[in-house]
Amino acid sequence: MIYSEKVMDHFANPRNVGEIENADGIGEVGNAKCGDIMKMYLKIDNGIITDAKFKTFGCGAAVATSSMATELIKGKPVEDAVKLTNKAVIEALDGLPPAKLHCSVLAEQATKAALADYYRKNGIDPEPILGKFADCEDCENCGV
Amino acid sequence: MEKRFVYADNAATTRVTKNVLDVMLPYFTEGYGNASSIYQLGMDAAKAVLAAREKVAAALGAKVNEIYFTAGGSESDNWAIKGAAELGAKKGKKHIITTAIEHHAVLHTCEYLEKHGFEVTYLPVDEYGRVTAQQVADAIREDTCLVTIMFANNEIGTIMPIPEIGAVCKEKKVMFHTDAVQAVGHVEIDVKAMDIDMLSLSGHKIHAPKGIGALYMRNGIALPNLIAGGAQERGKRAGTENVPGIVGLAEAITTACADIPEKTVRISALRDKLIEGILKIPQTRLNGDAKQRLAGNVNVSIRGIEGESLLLMLDLNGICASSGSACTSGSLDPSHVLLAIGLPHEIAHGSLRLSLGEDATEEDVDYILSVLPGIVARLRSMSPLWERVCKNENLNPDGTPKA
Repeated sequence: MIYSEKVMDHFANPRNVGEIENADGIGEVGNAKCGDIMKMYLKIDNGIITDAKFKTFGCGAAVATSSMATELIKGKPVEDAVKLTNKAVIEALDGLPPAKLHCSVLAEQATKAALADYYRKNGIDPEPILGKFADCEDCENCGV
Repeated sequence: MEKRFVYADNAATTRVTKNVLDVMLPYFTEGYGNASSIYQLGMDAAKAVLAAREKVAAALGAKVNEIYFTAGGSESDNWAIKGAAELGAKKGKKHIITTAIEHHAVLHTCEYLEKHGFEVTYLPVDEYGRVTAQQVADAIREDTCLVTIMFANNEIGTIMPIPEIGAVCKEKKVMFHTDAVQAVGHVEIDVKAMDIDMLSLSGHKIHAPKGIGALYMRNGIALPNLIAGGAQERGKRAGTENVPGIVGLAEAITTACADIPEKTVRISALRDKLIEGILKIPQTRLNGDAKQRLAGNVNVSIRGIEGESLLLMLDLNGICASSGSACTSGSLDPSHVLLAIGLPHEIAHGSLRLSLGEDATEEDVDYILSVLPGIVARLRSMSPLWERVCKNENLNPDGTPKA
């Protein structure tokens, strides 16, 4: 299996690792059984994501996709972050091995879960905005 | 400590040593004859193959005509198991006994046979990865045609009670095959004294090249031919002999088996130092049996972190190792071996295997121990799972219990 240089860079030097105190949105996806948990924290001021941080339990690709996802949404308006796709994360990392594509899906889901939390905290129903994005429990690979 | 390169994945493969390469090289450019040819160049090759067969036989306590060269351990396993199944089916015996922690070369072959009308009993192992001869005795039925149990486990290093199992199979008159890929050259083996009917071995685990292995098949067992064609390997496995590989395998196995007791003392001391050092990191555990264990094998689980990340971090520090985490297997399930010894998924995902070779040094062990705790601390600090473990179990961020 071969990781791109970008993946290795984001694994070895992950951007935005950590937590945000009093975050405006927190999302956690994945589970220990499958070996991946991503937790994302967002600071949002006037509709702009001013800070994004993450903590990840998982493989190299899981760390790299979390790191890249935070980079892609930081400084962006919430409306842009809503549109983040796993494909965008993969492209920004110069590709992922086929067995690791699910990590990029997790990164997208973690971002959306954090955004959904932000919307809920502001009394907005996230579903019309974010759609019903797949939850870890929906994954057929894992019989939890 | 200064950064160094430490290859600690000898259970995956080994480097070809100079003595092995030296005996092989002439057979590429000078002694390149086909061992089936009648002229001197061919006869020289045939003599080299015969001498190699004698050496491999001697290393196992077998007779020279009981050794069949193959392309490796997986091929030997496939041949032994499918062949024994075919022989069994002729007598209406379609039951096979194996264990839950075999190599995939054995497990997937058994699963293939299950799809073709065979019944397979996968013996469970205890928390250290052991089966007992009694379990085998209890599982043997009238229609059992084969017992196949690995000599030593590739992941956790547990050595099985092979002589006892061999005795049970002999008494019950059931054919006994062992995948000894991890054991040959590390554990003293005598196929006659241990009542082993068939044994698989691989060259590249003992400093021969990849792509060469052998199957020991006791005289009196006539497995169906594996490859139809020429008369090579007594007509059972056709194809022009891989003379350099065969010569290399013979040299490697002779070297590896020459000093097993001394080697075991030296390497297991390093292994134990490594285990002791790693277990000082809080919330870690040793997998496998502490004593009935391959001399170079270390397998530990480190809570709160995932194996592949750990391997990548170790690699950035010059250390080659392996893991039973799902991410290295291409599936979402962690190692079947670690699950079979009772580890929960989340603990199995955080496993680390270090396998020391003959040339491992105290400095290598010290270096690993100087690097590992920092890597573990770093990965734990960014792990939401670890955060949860610490919270639920009232631990400090370093894993020690809160006062």
